Amino acid sequence: MKVLVPVKRVLDYNVKPRVKADGTGVDLANVKMSMNPFDEIAVEEAIRLKDKGVTEIVVVSIGEQKSQETLRTALAMGADRAILVVSETKVEPLGVAKILAKIVEEEKPDMVILGKQAIDDDNNQTGQMLAGLLNWGQGTFASKVEIADGSVNVTREVDGGAETDTLKLPAIITTDLRLNEPRYASLPNIMKAKSKPMAQKTPADFGVDVTPRLTTLKVVEPAKRSAGIKVADVDALVGKLKEMGVAK
Amino acid sequence: MKTLVWVEHDGQAVKDATLSAVTAASQLGEVHLLVVGQGVDGVAAEAAKIAGVGKVHVADDAAFAHALAENVAPLIVELMATHDAFVAPSTTHGKNIAPRVAALLDVMQISDILSVESEDTFTRPIYAGNAIATVQSSDAKKVITVRGTAFAKAATEGGSGAIEAVASTGGDKGLSTFAGAEIAKNERPELTSAKIIVSGGRALASSDQFHALIDPLADKLGAGVGASRAAVDAGYAPNDYQVGQTGKIVAPEVYVAIGISGAIQHLAGMKDSKVIVAINKDEDAPIFQVADIGLVGDLFKIVPELTEKL
Ligand SMILES: Cc1cc2nc3c(=O)[nH]c(=O)nc-3n(C[C@H](O)[C@H](O)[C@H](O)COP(=O)(O)OP(=O)(O)OC[C@H]3O[C@@H](n4cnc5c(N)ncnc54)[C@H](O)[C@@H]3O)c2cc1C
Ligand SMILES: Nc1ncnc2c1ncn2[C@@H]1O[C@H](COP(=O)(O)O)[C@@H](O)[C@H]1O
Repeated sequence: MKVLVPVKRVLDYNVKPRVKADGTGVDLANVKMSMNPFDEIAVEEAIRLKDKGVTEIVVVSIGEQKSQETLRTALAMGADRAILVVSETKVEPLGVAKILAKIVEEEKPDMVILGKQAIDDDNNQTGQMLAGLLNWGQGTFASKVEIADGSVNVTREVDGGAETDTLKLPAIITTDLRLNEPRYASLPNIMKAKSKPMAQKTPADFGVDVTPRLTTLKVVEPAKRSAGIKVADVDALVGKLKEMGVAK
Repeated sequence: MKTLVWVEHDGQAVKDATLSAVTAASQLGEVHLLVVGQGVDGVAAEAAKIAGVGKVHVADDAAFAHALAENVAPLIVELMATHDAFVAPSTTHGKNIAPRVAALLDVMQISDILSVESEDTFTRPIYAGNAIATVQSSDAKKVITVRGTAFAKAATEGGSGAIEAVASTGGDKGLSTFAGAEIAKNERPELTSAKIIVSGGRALASSDQFHALIDPLADKLGAGVGASRAAVDAGYAPNDYQVGQTGKIVAPEVYVAIGISGAIQHLAGMKDSKVIVAINKDEDAPIFQVADIGLVGDLFKIVPELTEKL
């Protein structure tokens, strides 16, 4: 069984994003970039499924040359080979999904495991779009994945609780935070990853037009909340709550 | 513009998130609703009463009983032949269905909008709400999900939409089947519409203490109960309590954060609350940077005393 895992290079989740003064976006110069946390979970899940019938894990990233680092991280975690689709300009989820659909045609994986959302643009679209383009089943926001015969059972985090769906394979899965705890790559594995294969492509190689459909007119900081007051004790807090009409 | 709004419901009643989506859609033009499900006559009748609604399309089929995106999306795509925009609330089901519709229409979805600036221009949060982008769509048809806390709820009375059955539902695509659900029974106000929320973090240290301390305070205040991811991961509180970037986005009148540090992913879910109250023993905890009222101290002393004095 082959699994494809798309991984995106994003601003590290510990870094506080700063909006550029000219309002064109978030400043990414000289800040730490990492693999999207949900994609680490996706890679981890694919690796864990290796005991359960998965034989090959192919990781894909669409983005600037530096996304090689992200792919190497995935290889060091345990993926087998990588494909980098180079685009120095931003590719939107629709374009990403179209490229991934072409890669799926070539690679014929049994499953594609994506993150549920990239924490830069917070779109939460690519997996569902890919499932639509391929006419595959989709198990989004997965907190548990179990491969069965010709199908996969996916427990999904939904409002109010959890839902389990059975998807016919091949299928799309998107990961939620509680699916697993991703491993750290060990030093020997980081060394080994350096010699694992990494193919380079461009969107044009797949005949996909990635012209953006959305134009960002401006990016601003949200209205700032200013810190309020500190109260000395519970009585003062109760007083404040009463003042606000929250408590009687 | 003629907009089709997907109605979120539980088979019995229209969910509140739908009402905010209707308000957003009404800023684009004429609002039509789509009620998809099995045995949904009651829901359709309720939906038709929402203020400002034109037609209510109803697709009743066993294949729609669980809102599976694989079955619902093709139906929506067909209806989009006669609509200019598709709008869904940013709920887990809405987020599951809408992008599939967008891809099938060859449209880039505009996720989680905060405002409608014009027919093609919207604002939306990026980077966990640390930045707000204004985006303009060049697609002929729009596919949009709506952040519930950013739009007022449409009135549930006053409308008189014409109910119309969808001619052909398309039925089951055979890609997925619903195998079961565990929906927590919760007597408390739903988080996304609660006026007051009391949230607990990792500091509660056990499920027992979480419930022993947070629940009575919430009861006193008539509040909904939330939690940080750390508290959920540790099993102190159920999944659907989680507030934040990857949990629920809430904006109550009052949010009480107890033993929560205030990581940006948590703030992303609650920083639009009107008043934020924080209780934390660390006076430098980031939560105090957004709190209107802070109390520094040990929650195990403070919370019981607070509950008693209220
Ligand atoms: C991709 C991603 C998405 C995420 N999404 C979310 C999300 O949606 N929601 C979310 O909440 N988190 C999310 N997180 C996790 C987030 O980064 C934090 O780890 C989490 O919010 C921390 O939870 P906490 O504040 O309860 O725990 P901690 O950070 O451990 O804070 C505990 C706090 O309790 C205080 N404390 C300890 N003992 C006491 C006491 N006796 N009395 C009073 N105060 C006490 C401490 O001073 C501390 O400030 C996400 C992380 C990632 C990577
Ligand atoms: N440029 C990209 N390269 C590789 N994978 C991507 C890219 N963009 C999105 N993805 C995948 O799609 C998921 C959801 O992203 P999004 O729809 O942008 O929130 C991510 O977690 C990745 O798994």
